[in-house]
Amino acid sequence: MEAGRRSVSGWTVANVVVVLYAMVPVLWIASLSFKDPSTFTDGSFIPRKWTLGNYAGIFTNADFVRGLVNSIGIGLISTFVAIVFGTMAAYAVARLTFPGKRLLIGVSLLIAMFPQISLVSPLFQIERALGLFNTWAGLILPYITFALPLTIYTLSAFFREIPWELEKAAKMDGATPFQAFWQVIVPLAAPGMVTTAILAFIFCWNDFLFAISLTSSNAARTAPATISFFTGSTQFEDPTGSISAAAVVITIPIVIFVLFFQRRIVAGLTSGAVKG
Amino acid sequence: MAEIVLDHVTKRYADGTVAVDDFDVRIADHEFVILVGPSGCGKSTTLNMIAGLEDITEGELRVDGRRMNERAPRDRDMAMVFQSYALYPHMTVRENIAFPLKLAKMGRAEMEERVERAAGLLDLAPYLDRKPAALSGGQRQRVAMGRAIVRDPKAFLMDEPLSNLDAKLRVQMRTSISRLQKNLGTTTVYVTHDQTEAMTLGDRIVIMRAGLIQQIGPPQELYDHPRNLFVAGFIGSPSMNVLPARLEEGRLRTPIGDIPLRGRLRRAVEGPDVPRDVIAGIRPESFEDAALVHDADGGGTFTGTVDLLESMGPEKLAYFTLDTGAVRSEHLTEAGGEEEAGEGCQLVAQLDPKSGARRGQPVRLWYDTQAVHLFHPETGENLTER
Amino acid sequence: MNRGKGRALTEGQRAERRLGLWLCAPAAIVMVVVTGWPIVYSVLLSLQRYDLRFPEDKAWIGLSNYATVLTSEVWWNAFWVTLLITVVSVAIELVLGMLLAFAMYRAIVGRGLIRTVVLIPYGIVTVAAAYGWKYAWTPGTGWLAGLLPEGSAPLTERGPAIAIIILAEVWKTTPFMALLLMAGLAVVPEELMRAASVDGATLWQRFTRVTLPLMKPAILVALLFRTLDAFRIFDNIYVLTNGSQGTGSVSISAYHNLIGGLNLGIGSTMSVLILVTVAIIAVVFILGFGTAAPGSER
Repeated sequence: MEAGRRSVSGWTVANVVVVLYAMVPVLWIASLSFKDPSTFTDGSFIPRKWTLGNYAGIFTNADFVRGLVNSIGIGLISTFVAIVFGTMAAYAVARLTFPGKRLLIGVSLLIAMFPQISLVSPLFQIERALGLFNTWAGLILPYITFALPLTIYTLSAFFREIPWELEKAAKMDGATPFQAFWQVIVPLAAPGMVTTAILAFIFCWNDFLFAISLTSSNAARTAPATISFFTGSTQFEDPTGSISAAAVVITIPIVIFVLFFQRRIVAGLTSGAVKG
Repeated sequence: MAEIVLDHVTKRYADGTVAVDDFDVRIADHEFVILVGPSGCGKSTTLNMIAGLEDITEGELRVDGRRMNERAPRDRDMAMVFQSYALYPHMTVRENIAFPLKLAKMGRAEMEERVERAAGLLDLAPYLDRKPAALSGGQRQRVAMGRAIVRDPKAFLMDEPLSNLDAKLRVQMRTSISRLQKNLGTTTVYVTHDQTEAMTLGDRIVIMRAGLIQQIGPPQELYDHPRNLFVAGFIGSPSMNVLPARLEEGRLRTPIGDIPLRGRLRRAVEGPDVPRDVIAGIRPESFEDAALVHDADGGGTFTGTVDLLESMGPEKLAYFTLDTGAVRSEHLTEAGGEEEAGEGCQLVAQLDPKSGARRGQPVRLWYDTQAVHLFHPETGENLTER
Repeated sequence: MNRGKGRALTEGQRAERRLGLWLCAPAAIVMVVVTGWPIVYSVLLSLQRYDLRFPEDKAWIGLSNYATVLTSEVWWNAFWVTLLITVVSVAIELVLGMLLAFAMYRAIVGRGLIRTVVLIPYGIVTVAAAYGWKYAWTPGTGWLAGLLPEGSAPLTERGPAIAIIILAEVWKTTPFMALLLMAGLAVVPEELMRAASVDGATLWQRFTRVTLPLMKPAILVALLFRTLDAFRIFDNIYVLTNGSQGTGSVSISAYHNLIGGLNLGIGSTMSVLILVTVAIIAVVFILGFGTAAPGSER
């Protein structure tokens, strides 16, 4: 019993360490965002003078609001397309035999490992030639491309877990291949698709390199990129407060997602990687 | 209702392996046919070819005279029950049963009526609004049956539908499937690896092994007249005893005594290619405690020490070890019989419960010499049945 | 019987192939169009003198961009810095990730809490977290900078700045590593651990003799993913130092040449070199260490 109690307190210490590890950097930026500009330089972890002014500031900043809209719009469209295309491909990979299957798996693996910077220079030039530079489409295209390997891997792992016999049963019950897919497979794969959609959205939301390289104004610049353009010379003397507030704002939705779908995200992140 | 003809059907995979070789069977309307054999014998592949879930490499499948090879499963109007039941987990029992009707775009009123009728037939009415996860194994099995019968298909295809049930439930469901099939009169093809199911359910049994049909016939015929050692070993429980035997001086020398070659045994060994060493087969129920046999004519006797005695109620099973090597034959190991035989040659005798046989004690047994089968040691062919 | 080789596809197989190709077509086309042509194009760009500030000077110059980059001290500095960051941060992540994986897998109390909280760094936008670290180490503002001796400004000195970059990288990506490793831990059968302890293995022996060998495939996959990911580090450095004081990675260098300097030729040359390096790392992992490429047949 003594040993049991000791290991319980040991795990409690471990829990505290993990919670501190994960939370402290986040709490710090949240604390900064609530600090009154006059107290930025006090170096204190907890604000001495609380204010909501930083938040009021960024939400009256047209660039930031526009950046949020861009982030949400571009993220949702990219995620939707990636899920639709990815579901189709993942189903084929998990269930059908056809020539080029290994090639498709290979190509998506290559893209998953691809250094994004290597695409920046040619895309910069190509998108300027095609008029896609600084547009939503100009960001959506690379986002779909880099989200696809993720969706294909994760979803094909989910599809593999749906018993083969259900599809056979649907065929025997008189379903066309599409009916079998739509009425039997999709409802069962829906949890997997939600998970995958969240992962894909997090990827798009998190991107910074494409967002600063393929945009030149607030027409398509996403929120993370907008933040990096906050300077003291505009209506804020010191960007610290607004950057912190903006960082908190773009972080909160993702953290909520992640906490809410914790179990599924863990399953999704690991399924593609380990089961292959 | 339909007649199903498999006309020299062969299934060959891309890598050259042949799963089903020249399967040629005519299944009559209303008939209940069992495909039975050890795993990998091609029985499920055959069923899948009838269903349209697998392609036919060669040969033709005809239903009521119409070629079916190229038709998609949904155009064949057959219902299938799977080993795992394959119930749609996101649908209620009602939705599961109605699914084929919904796909066939049946009117709402008729659909509901049919679902109710099927549910009534299978005692599923109280569970119609539950999801499959909330049902017991037996109930799930019945839902799978309900989904099959609801649309009144031309044929039922069943792929080991009872193997996931516990033993007692399996026996119950066996009876109710049999009764259901007789009432509906729907042509049924049923796959199983369990010879008891095969014996009890089918009008006719098709025994398969390594893609080849071994024998086709009604259960009793297969039991009484197995065409080869494989069928003899596969059908019947406990399995037929197999003993090494030698033809010498007009007699058959076996570990349980010499048997005079008379009648059908004489005819069997008169063939041109019969070797001196053969395999003798005798079913456990061909034995009896000699003390209980009054008219002992036409039989042999043998005395052995009982290794083990199992009282089954209506009968007793006595096990003996004979002091001779066990018969080793490829035709037996695949039938799932004597693999664990160990060194000695095992013998099982089914005795009357009144028998006084006791474990560790010698007992004198009588056996019917005319019930002995003789098999060719290499080909496994039943010499007494050709 | 005499239908030649018997290789002819049946109708069903042909239909399956057709369906498979159709289903994959949209994904395949997007992936190939968005990456395939640009890769070729960037190789072409790398063979040209092409500075957007002097477009009239555009000319084919063969491999001389490569010569320029490969003899440039700035490039090699960025290369070694990237390699240093990659190796050190992945090594730390492996150890921390393993501990965290054990905690998530075995914790007696608060397992759900750990598993949830650990996802926060994963979910946070890298740029947002990077600003957090930046302000934490900024003298006067930061709570961490206050712990240092008076007058030190770690982000303006090369060594400390690189250390902070590694810290930010490790903080953000250790949870992902831990999740991959935890999935690997789940592969180790519980009975095996019990059997080993009955056989008298100590905790450490159980870890090194049973757990590690069984987890090796999962560890290698996690290392491969994280190594390639760390090698393309960009966001953290961009925010923390923007590559000043020789802290830039290869991605930062390429970006500065391209977007800052508008020198497409040199920027593309660096892009191609980064791609080649990443390919070499992947090949070493897959062929050298026998890492199972995810998605390959087991």
